[in-house]
Amino acid sequence: MQDFGAAFGQAFALIAGFDPALMEIIGLSMRVTFTAVVIACVIGLPLGAVLAVGKFPGRATLVVLISALMGLPPVVVGLAVYMMLSAAGPLGVLQLLYTPTAMIIAQSILVTPIIAALTRQVIEDMHGEYDELLRSMGSRRLSTVATLLWDARYSLLTAALAGLGRALAEVGAVMIVGGNINHVTRVMTTAIALETSKGALALALGLGIILVGLSILVNAGLMGLRKSAERLAYA
Amino acid sequence: MKSRSLSLLLATAFAGSLTLGQVSADDRFIIVQSTTSTQNSGLYDALLPQFAAKTGIEVRVVAVGTGQAIKNAQNCDGDVLLVHAKASEEKFVAAGYGVSRADVMYNDFVIVGPASDPAGISGSGDVKSALTAIKQAGAPFASRGDDSGTHKKELALWKAAGIDPSGDSGSWYRETGSGMGATLNVAVGMNAYVMTDRATWIAFENKGDYAIAVEGDDAMFNQYGIIQVSPDACPRVKADLGQTFIDWVLSKEGQTAIADYKRDGQQLFFPNAGEQPNS
Repeated sequence: MQDFGAAFGQAFALIAGFDPALMEIIGLSMRVTFTAVVIACVIGLPLGAVLAVGKFPGRATLVVLISALMGLPPVVVGLAVYMMLSAAGPLGVLQLLYTPTAMIIAQSILVTPIIAALTRQVIEDMHGEYDELLRSMGSRRLSTVATLLWDARYSLLTAALAGLGRALAEVGAVMIVGGNINHVTRVMTTAIALETSKGALALALGLGIILVGLSILVNAGLMGLRKSAERLAYA
Repeated sequence: MKSRSLSLLLATAFAGSLTLGQVSADDRFIIVQSTTSTQNSGLYDALLPQFAAKTGIEVRVVAVGTGQAIKNAQNCDGDVLLVHAKASEEKFVAAGYGVSRADVMYNDFVIVGPASDPAGISGSGDVKSALTAIKQAGAPFASRGDDSGTHKKELALWKAAGIDPSGDSGSWYRETGSGMGATLNVAVGMNAYVMTDRATWIAFENKGDYAIAVEGDDAMFNQYGIIQVSPDACPRVKADLGQTFIDWVLSKEGQTAIADYKRDGQQLFFPNAGEQPNS
């Protein structure tokens, strides 16, 4: 398989040459993915925490449901979002189909259950330890949630990174709602799918290598931030 | 200081979403629902910059199978349709979804196969006997199986040969349910014959030991048509911009641009706007 050697060569040439098309695609990938993960965090973190500490009817069902939704097939989410945003669909007036916004919506739906489910687990474990202390302090439920989320922030970074990984790697949803339009909605994964379908396997794999490299950089960067934040916090 | 990582994350994301908002602010663009063959062969990369330079209109191409392209256009998710399944296109117009249909260009379909040629059809110019030989040899044949223009054509050719391959689906007849490029990759991976449009084949880079086995039969003619999505069916359609694009594609300038597009010295599409179709 000389394709592997060629793939590394392609990846290197693209990076070394600061290929403008590649930079544009990487930029869009990052913008779509980060925005989707932030939205998912804004919804998923409090939702997970409420599920962890709250006591209300239907809670157990909701926990199972959100856990199960972690396995949402991207292509199904893509199809559902397409049907909502299509000009013939209920949200067609917004004219969001085939835009980066549509891709952000689809990825937010994919990532939110992951963040909510992992948050619930982290907070539930922590709540067991803190429960008595918080109650003795007379803490109300809402501030309990806030306190727990804040104290768990370093563990929750892992939940965010899991969501980020899902969004960065996903192709099925963004392909349908974005349409893989050159210079508008083409991201790393859809570009890889396109090059594969052109039979340009070395180039496709080269793009894949770059995507994995990006993922490593993002993870290393966020974990580095966490380390320095931890150091500052305890200094 | 504690929240530095979070605020950085938020700042990055919000900066990102602000930039994204500007993309949709510019309305001088149209969406063309089209086929994978025109995109994968690189035709649009050659045509669209010329059109944009002349008119300032940006053309956004969604390249899917013809079946899906027509369905998307019926949902009003496109301004122009450029596909290759004439019967379906005429039905689309007759049902009121499209204004009118015009021939744009043609090329032909070919059947490609491995060097080992298990059905012994290499060099054939008769698609009926070639398909019969494939069936008799039980040689693997990869079908798109995705309701695309190429798939519809392939089914019509089987029918003309008096063969119903659906009963053998899963044995020698293998439906990939994927686009042309993906199906070519699958076929090359399992030594199966496969029918493809010539443009995609010439531009395809993972040929392995594959070569054209069957070509030149009049029945394998491949006509592309262009349709303006009807503003009556879809009130928000950008009919003016779409018609400007269609007029340009059908003009001498557009047709010349199509004829001038070559890969490896070979012309991929042959413009025939305004001519009587020869098939």
